[in-house]
Amino acid sequence: MAEGFDEATQKELATFMDNERARARVNQSIHTLTSMCWDKCVTGTPSTSFSRSEESCLANCVDRFLDTSLFLVKRIEQSRQEMTGSQL
Amino acid sequence: MSLFGSSFSGSSASPADMAARKEAIMASVRGEIALANAQELMNKTNEKCFEKCVTKPSTSLSSSEQTCLSRCLDRYMEAFNIVSKAYTARISKEAPLLASQ
Repeated sequence: MAEGFDEATQKELATFMDNERARARVNQSIHTLTSMCWDKCVTGTPSTSFSRSEESCLANCVDRFLDTSLFLVKRIEQSRQEMTGSQL
Repeated sequence: MSLFGSSFSGSSASPADMAARKEAIMASVRGEIALANAQELMNKTNEKCFEKCVTKPSTSLSSSEQTCLSRCLDRYMEAFNIVSKAYTARISKEAPLLASQ
């Protein structure tokens, strides 16, 4: 990957890249969530500031989306267990 | 093939030289990520604000459309910050739970 570097530096760079990749992934999620929650929460013509309800809608939107994700994973896991249970 | 270009292929590099090259690589990676980020935000605001503010495209942008666009730009940035704060708060709350599983 980076020739001419000693082992410690190579390791440091690998860790750096891993961290940057992780941060880029988080950032990408924030872009996607902003786009999604904008469509859901900001319905009128944009004014000079957000209303209270728009602001809390945006924050709630993030938390509920993540709740949805966790909920669905749990449901799928549940029905998978029921299926394997009935096969036994 | 080298990920960071072959101009750095000196085999007998001094430690200071190596540290400088390391810093250069890190700075360039950070710069590219920041650029990609800004571009993504730019594309999104363009898409969202065009949709919201330019409902019936005419021969030029009217002053009310321009007002709407600049407000929309500010609000989209604000929305990005709100979402970012909520998301990172949630992540840092949940990360210890995930790690313990």
